[in-house]
Amino acid sequence: MNIKKGRISMVNGPVIKGTGMKGFQMREMVLAGPRRLIGEVVSIEGESATIQVYEESEGLKAGQDILSTGKPLSLKLGPGIIGNIFDGIQRPLKSIHEMSPGFLPAGIGLISLDEEREWETKLTVSEGQYLTQGQVFGEVQETASILHKLMVPPGIEGKVEYTAPDGSYNISQVLVRLRKPDGELHELKMVQEWPVRIPRPVKERQPLQKPLITGQRILDMFFPIAKGGTAAIPGGFGTGKTMLQHQLAKWSDADIIIYVGCGERGNEMTEVLEDFPKLIDPRTKRSLMERTVLIANTSNMPVAAREASIYTGITLAEYYRDMGYHVAIMADSTSRWAEALREISGRLEEMPAEEGYPAYLPSRLAGFYERAGAVETLSGQEGSITIIGAVSPPGGDFSEPVTQNTKRFVGAFLALDRSLAYARHFPAVSWLSSYTGYIDHLADWYSDNVAHDAFAIRTRMLKLLHEETKLMEIVKLVGEDVLPDDQRWILEVARLIKNGFMSQNAYHNEDAYVPLSKQYRMISIIDYLYHRGMQAVKKGIPVSVVRNGELFEKLFRMKYNIPNDRLELFDGLERDIDSFYDNLENKYSDDFEKVKQ
Amino acid sequence: MIKEYLLLDKIEGPLIFLSGVRDAAYDEMVNIRIKGEESVKKGRVVLIDEDRVVIQVFGSTTGFSVNNVSIRFTGQPMTISLSPNMLGRTFDGTGRVIDGAGEIYGGKKADINSRPINPVDRIYPRNFIQTGISSIDLLMTLIRGQKLPIFSGSGLPHNELAVQIINQAKIASDNGREFAMVFAAMGVKHDDADYFRRSFMQSGVMERVVMFINTADDPIVERITTPRCALTAAEYLAFELGMHILVIMTDMTSYCEALREISSSREEIPSRKGYPGYLYSDLASLYERAGMMKGKKGSITQIPILTMPNDDITHPVPDLTGFITEGQIVLSRDLYQSGIYPPINILPSLSRLMKDGIGEEYTRGDHPEVADQIFSAYSKVREVVDLAQVIGEDELSETDRKYLEFGKRFEETFIRQRPDENREIYDTLNLAWELLSILPAGELNRIKPETLEKYYRK
Repeated sequence: MNIKKGRISMVNGPVIKGTGMKGFQMREMVLAGPRRLIGEVVSIEGESATIQVYEESEGLKAGQDILSTGKPLSLKLGPGIIGNIFDGIQRPLKSIHEMSPGFLPAGIGLISLDEEREWETKLTVSEGQYLTQGQVFGEVQETASILHKLMVPPGIEGKVEYTAPDGSYNISQVLVRLRKPDGELHELKMVQEWPVRIPRPVKERQPLQKPLITGQRILDMFFPIAKGGTAAIPGGFGTGKTMLQHQLAKWSDADIIIYVGCGERGNEMTEVLEDFPKLIDPRTKRSLMERTVLIANTSNMPVAAREASIYTGITLAEYYRDMGYHVAIMADSTSRWAEALREISGRLEEMPAEEGYPAYLPSRLAGFYERAGAVETLSGQEGSITIIGAVSPPGGDFSEPVTQNTKRFVGAFLALDRSLAYARHFPAVSWLSSYTGYIDHLADWYSDNVAHDAFAIRTRMLKLLHEETKLMEIVKLVGEDVLPDDQRWILEVARLIKNGFMSQNAYHNEDAYVPLSKQYRMISIIDYLYHRGMQAVKKGIPVSVVRNGELFEKLFRMKYNIPNDRLELFDGLERDIDSFYDNLENKYSDDFEKVKQ
Repeated sequence: MIKEYLLLDKIEGPLIFLSGVRDAAYDEMVNIRIKGEESVKKGRVVLIDEDRVVIQVFGSTTGFSVNNVSIRFTGQPMTISLSPNMLGRTFDGTGRVIDGAGEIYGGKKADINSRPINPVDRIYPRNFIQTGISSIDLLMTLIRGQKLPIFSGSGLPHNELAVQIINQAKIASDNGREFAMVFAAMGVKHDDADYFRRSFMQSGVMERVVMFINTADDPIVERITTPRCALTAAEYLAFELGMHILVIMTDMTSYCEALREISSSREEIPSRKGYPGYLYSDLASLYERAGMMKGKKGSITQIPILTMPNDDITHPVPDLTGFITEGQIVLSRDLYQSGIYPPINILPSLSRLMKDGIGEEYTRGDHPEVADQIFSAYSKVREVVDLAQVIGEDELSETDRKYLEFGKRFEETFIRQRPDENREIYDTLNLAWELLSILPAGELNRIKPETLEKYYRK
């Protein structure tokens, strides 16, 4: 390939312009200046082109070279991704640390997966076989939890002419040779390349039917997310977005987690790096790091790479989905990504739309969220990508463009509420402004796998909480004591739902992750208590007696006191409720009789 | 051969435009001399477009004309000289000595923009710093290596609070020799700068302080470089000399306003309230310079101070700051007007790192639960206060009246503290229990029964 060359004509922060750039392609990756800074062509006009640079542009001069690479910004996909931490353009931060510990050096160049490391490889095809795109030709045990399947890249097919024997290979050794239909020979290696901005192809999209089980009660029972669905978590600062994202990354029942720290704090990434290897996945009993990939582009790292980091994350997710895995990607935060778009757009002197954001913000957001989905892969397997994006609206005001546009493209909206966070009620998901569009998709699954009345209880409890909000408006004006007893009973039970069910302690051993079976028992016992209590109130028993302190205390503490694997203890609780209300009703009916007589 | 350029195209505010330049590098420094004058001004290349260059001048462009200045490119980014002798000295926003005690020689030069720390090389901060201020220690604990800003308003005692933290902070692990402070003042009033200097003198910490002062009447371009010089000095002291550094930066709002002023003179497209679109990235490039690094002994803890215009926490400056920093300490005008110092509004205040720096190993086992319970109880107090205003205190239920009493005593005895009062963490915790014991035990549902058994006073 002949290398094309242009010349830098303008430098303005992360945006540079080049002249003499004939033949450069849109979205092509280029190398600028003597330090070979990595950049991407974002617009072309005649012989000049505009480039966004993924590294600090300090020291660049007009007249210096811009070299073409002939390909768009691409990732290397192969073993060595899981458990790693990359920057926004897939450069491994651990390798950079080994090259130069401490501060990130300038002009790192293009490095990616470890080319030296050898992997124990098993080949699953034989000579003479005809392979089509996406078909698996070999396997590598990448980590103890993840079997990495080597696939024929999209767009390639042919007859196997050679297969290497099983053994240890590095990612760039030839494992299989294919004779393509046009007669050309194609070499298959472990590694394949894919441009980040283009979705990887699938056979077809499937309807969403299974939930992403997170172990977080307010999500699983009230606002479930489907595997292959999309969710946004908007919240002002301090409302616990990152905490919730971390909880989801830790406990979701996805096979693989891709965590994108996009323009966020350096210490948060360090925390994940320190914590995750020590945490144990409740399903595989292996370290959580063995199923996690981190992409860290902290707020002080170059802004253009922040824009790319989201695409890097989703492309990695698609690659593992194609192997037949369920992947969940956490993007924290998509607002920083939108701001990076705005910053670059401003420097490109584009016409701004709402609040200075470029007019293409909605289409870019849609393009990202639409890469989620449950699919049948090219090789006929079932896989999915679930996207959970945090949104950081300025001033916690949800009417701003990023939140509003995100709302249009996601299926579940988990709004975090500042007043809940101030009272340290976590997760601070507001049950009033949140919603999920997946109830209909998941109704069958919940009815088959949890309980036939799971969603019926959900609806009852949500209704009760809405009722409570209305009543609280009145209470604020006249106080609680003047309400009729049945309404006061609603307030008492709503309080129990909030403190006993919805608030969940991320640092408590029993409470950090709760299986669906326990979640259901918890909510159904509250429902039962509500029912029995309401009956008693209707019989004229005063609410001060119906609300039994001891009983409420037991229900408040059931999240801590009943271990996740001792659900039979709920039967005892149920008996306590029955015997208390039976006694109460007997006692009062006797009393009422006496009064009558 | 070094070329001199003698003709400018345009002068606009702090920016000068010239053309016919060859070989200028982005971000490099230039020296500017007005004909017939001795002194040299500095400038920085902020835009290159073919042979045209835009330079941001440090200081004022008063007296410049298109043909009376000469400009030399240095080929270097902006650097400052660093040496252990910086301690106890005062500099301006570009790193020049301004205390009249002579130049500092020796040492090394470093680029003031530094580079981001590789997240892999960070150490997650866990060590508790006792400030001796009850509300901070219990509820928004400061951790070594954290960035914890004070959100204040004009006229509130943020300076006094900062000085109290400095005087009382037990940041040194074994002996005071490892502890030093870097103080950066951006666009502050002369008397504020003076207040800090006097306070440092009085408490005898002056020889452990490096000061970078840019007062309100100093050039705004230097306001941009002031915190960068200060943080470069802090990184040198922390990561090369192994000291624990506390960096105070005040007032970040003035800094952001300077950024806005320069942005608008460069005719950039504004985003919220006229601030440039890159305000978040720019602030992050300062705040993210806090932390600890593997293989280095020292640490950088930042306490930036900002005044919220019109006490509005959703204003872009506090808002973007809150998204980058690890929590915030919010001051309240209400509390201050009712005579409470330090007027810390605990509900919106937060320390994101405290969860890993408190408890059995660092403070005391009951600390996390007590903090959680106080937040929850105090937010209930606010509800009761609102209710009492409508229906009157007498109509409140028994429990609500207890909450009211708790709230009152909490503000009067726990939050309120003398500016020289230094409370040990154990005293703070015991005081918290004394107050929580006003409430019925049944209300304390954030606390485990066994903890309640141990500390609750019937």
